[in-house]
Amino acid sequence: MPWSPGDDVLAVQRAPQPGGAGGAYRAFGETLRGLKTTFARIPEGTVTIQYPEEKTPVYPRYRGRHRLHRFEDTGLEKCVGCSLCAAACPADCIRVVAAENTPEHRVSAGERYAAVYEINLSRCIFCGYCEVACPFDAITMGNDYEMSDYHRPDLIFTKEMLLAEPFERTPLRAEGE
Amino acid sequence: MSALVPLADVAYVEPWWMQILKSIVIFAVGLQILPIMIVLERKALGRLQNRYGPNRVGPYGFGQPLAEIVKFATKEQFRPRTAIGWLFALAPVISILTAVAAFAIVPFGDTVDIFGTKTGLYGLDVTIGPLYLFAFGAVAFYGIMLGGWASGSKYSFLGSMRAAAQLISYEVSQGLALVGVIMTAQTLSLVGIVHAQAGMWFFIPQAVGFIIFVVAGFAETNRPPFDLVEADAELVQGYMTEYGGTRMVAYLFAEYLNVLIVSIVISTVYLGGWLLPFGIDPPNWVNPFVVLAKTGLVIFFFFWIRATLPRLRYDQLMSLGWKILLPLATLNTLVTAIILVVAYD
Repeated sequence: MPWSPGDDVLAVQRAPQPGGAGGAYRAFGETLRGLKTTFARIPEGTVTIQYPEEKTPVYPRYRGRHRLHRFEDTGLEKCVGCSLCAAACPADCIRVVAAENTPEHRVSAGERYAAVYEINLSRCIFCGYCEVACPFDAITMGNDYEMSDYHRPDLIFTKEMLLAEPFERTPLRAEGE
Repeated sequence: MSALVPLADVAYVEPWWMQILKSIVIFAVGLQILPIMIVLERKALGRLQNRYGPNRVGPYGFGQPLAEIVKFATKEQFRPRTAIGWLFALAPVISILTAVAAFAIVPFGDTVDIFGTKTGLYGLDVTIGPLYLFAFGAVAFYGIMLGGWASGSKYSFLGSMRAAAQLISYEVSQGLALVGVIMTAQTLSLVGIVHAQAGMWFFIPQAVGFIIFVVAGFAETNRPPFDLVEADAELVQGYMTEYGGTRMVAYLFAEYLNVLIVSIVISTVYLGGWLLPFGIDPPNWVNPFVVLAKTGLVIFFFFWIRATLPRLRYDQLMSLGWKILLPLATLNTLVTAIILVVAYD
């Protein structure tokens, strides 16, 4: 008695045997179908983003290069040099040296300010823990992703560089895009 | 000094300076088509795959071949220790020479008056047109064979062996497909074949032969889907694995020149050459542009196929050549012969 696999086992669908007149006809027809498929790509246009001229827009919560912030009304720096970001940083790429504010030389809104604030971007893993750790929202992750450079020392960003506006703004993705 | 060229069956005399002049013009113009063709191929392939292709160097990326030839020319001329020196250097030259030689008999148009001289818009109107083409196609094997063998590398050798087998298999079908046209046109001259298509282009009465010739033409020029010669997954780069710099460019150049020649031959033999449909009869100086336009369409078909079809397996290639194309071509020849005998008796 031949073994029966049962009704729930489906038979494997196989293509018709190649060769012969039917095979040649099918091969010819499939070639035409393939030609149609590839030609239909021409009117569709291209999907390439021409990078240096055209930039990929990012989402608002994209974690790019860090930004340091000032208060908009007074122009004072938000960072008070507490080094919590440096403590939170898993890659140990932030270096903060704090100094006291004086009435003549007031840099930040708090008692102290960051005399040195450096982020070594060649080490940074862009996890965003510094942003989370900051009690004053002084450091946030920006949207810039163009950070390549020729020399490693150039990747150590100082406080002035982090406070400054980027040379070129990264496009943001529009709503629903 | 105005003797007839021995091989030519032309009914008029061309002065020697006109022969030199037109060979210079034909080759200067013909060889300038190649870099444009290479850029356009890559742009067409890009468009067929939703991308741009080269568009950075020069206007619309047309400076790309210039940048590439500079890159290749400054590369090291590397040669393996086991290579046979002079053959290794000679092989690409053979390849390119045979491809250029085939360019001589391509008809770009009928006769026109230039400087008061009756001149044919072709290098030479030989009475043995297709035989000349196949002869140089056969010599072109040596370029590939010697290149692969003289490289002293097993991959190159395998690639060249494949190339030889492939070219020999498909040359038979290609020749037989052309026999139907030659019988219908009653002449071996390519100019005569074009004139014979005045009533109807040969791709209609010789439809089977046309398809066979095109398929075999793809195989003869080692273009996808028949580019087993340089099947990179198995053979690295086939016969040109060990070549670099300008020598490899010579091989690529020969390949593209072969594509160009096969396209011109297809448009000459099957698509009516410089003839236009619907009784349009422009002055003779338009002829080369008509030929080039038709050639361009055929070349685009080459690119289109390259973007569409995957490479055949080697046994599929062989069975397609010997089991399908060859019997079909033979049958096509026989049926054409029978029809001709019945129709003309």
